[in-house]
Amino acid sequence: MSAPAELRLPRYRRDPEGTHPPLDSAGYRSTALRHPKEPLIVLPHLLTEVTGPALGPGRIGEFDNDLTQGHAGEPQGQRIIVTGRLLDGDGRPIRDSLVEIWQANAGGRYRHTGDRWPSPLDPNFDGAGRTLTDSEGRYTFTTIKPGAYPWKNHDNAWRPAHIHFSVFGSAFTQRLVTQMYFPEDPLFSQDPIFNSIPDEKARQRMIARFDLDRTEAEWALAFQFDIVVRGREASVFEDEEDEH
Amino acid sequence: MPETTPSQTVGPYLSIGLPWPDGPDVVPADEPAAIRIHGRVLDGAGEPVPDAMIETWQADADGRFDHPDDPRGAVASGFRGFGRCPTDTNGDYEIRTIMPGSLPGPAGGTQAPHIDVSVFARGLLHRVVTRIYFEDNDNSGDPVLASVPEARQGTLIATRTGDGYRFDIRLQGEGETVFFDV
Repeated sequence: MSAPAELRLPRYRRDPEGTHPPLDSAGYRSTALRHPKEPLIVLPHLLTEVTGPALGPGRIGEFDNDLTQGHAGEPQGQRIIVTGRLLDGDGRPIRDSLVEIWQANAGGRYRHTGDRWPSPLDPNFDGAGRTLTDSEGRYTFTTIKPGAYPWKNHDNAWRPAHIHFSVFGSAFTQRLVTQMYFPEDPLFSQDPIFNSIPDEKARQRMIARFDLDRTEAEWALAFQFDIVVRGREASVFEDEEDEH
Repeated sequence: MPETTPSQTVGPYLSIGLPWPDGPDVVPADEPAAIRIHGRVLDGAGEPVPDAMIETWQADADGRFDHPDDPRGAVASGFRGFGRCPTDTNGDYEIRTIMPGSLPGPAGGTQAPHIDVSVFARGLLHRVVTRIYFEDNDNSGDPVLASVPEARQGTLIATRTGDGYRFDIRLQGEGETVFFDV
């Protein structure tokens, strides 16, 4: 086989310092034994990194983006619509892409055997949803506003209300799991997970915006939360880049 | 331009939302070339991590991707290429897949067959990324492996077992797995 010509691949911008949390974050105790101590090694963006799975079609059931459905009755709590766009750092929508969420119920209790704090489970709420973005990168979930809950990280520790989000983007480099928070939560100041993000402006990007326009009269409040995954470097030839 | 949303941990309850019944099955059970890759996720005290999840992404047996950014042209092979498995109470995971083909690398070189892996867990504020190589392949010319200090390269190489390959992931401490900055 003759030597293949150099492949031209997209390259993804590295995020500015402070965008993501350090793996070693002393305030969040669970990081202590789980963060690598050796330095990370830079992985070039080669074929496996610039591609990624196309997931979703066939994985989504009719009510999967409505967490208030599928049970005998309505769940307890404040019904909300959570909507937004999945974009890359160049503002391009990511279409037909899987968005997965999971969350606690209105009382701050997860339907999980490991969650045993004394707040009741809700027989009408499981707390998991999934959907596909549309042709403009939009997604919509109907759910209930999750409650805050205590955890044992430090004395009288409480997690601010949040919804876990998992998105893929279109390349392995863009895979992202995050948490969506609610505006003006008084618990932010004592939460080491929220505050693990060094850059204050980046931290604010995890907070949804109350969206009056999307509320439904006599039915549901609404919050808007755009999720942005990494954008691409401007296309350059390697020898051009070397001159800079 | 919009700025990137920060990463946050999956927390202790990822099993509510992320595992799929067919997540570990990159290929169906009747695939003749199927291989099993299994291993354990361990923390800095050598204890199993029972609330982690691994995800895998790889080329097909010909080293191709069903993806528009593969400049050789996307192949519609129907190969999912993606695996997902939460760890169990022993910290163990397994996926069923096929051996990926070798891939073109930089400057006309070749990458040895490999699988990209993301690890998520409570206590990981951001995923950690590693690569699986295979001990019975020729990995000598692989540019990514060559960028890793020789003494640590072994942490990226799955070992042959009776029914497949074993690839343990040590998040911290002695024998710490090599993780990459993507």
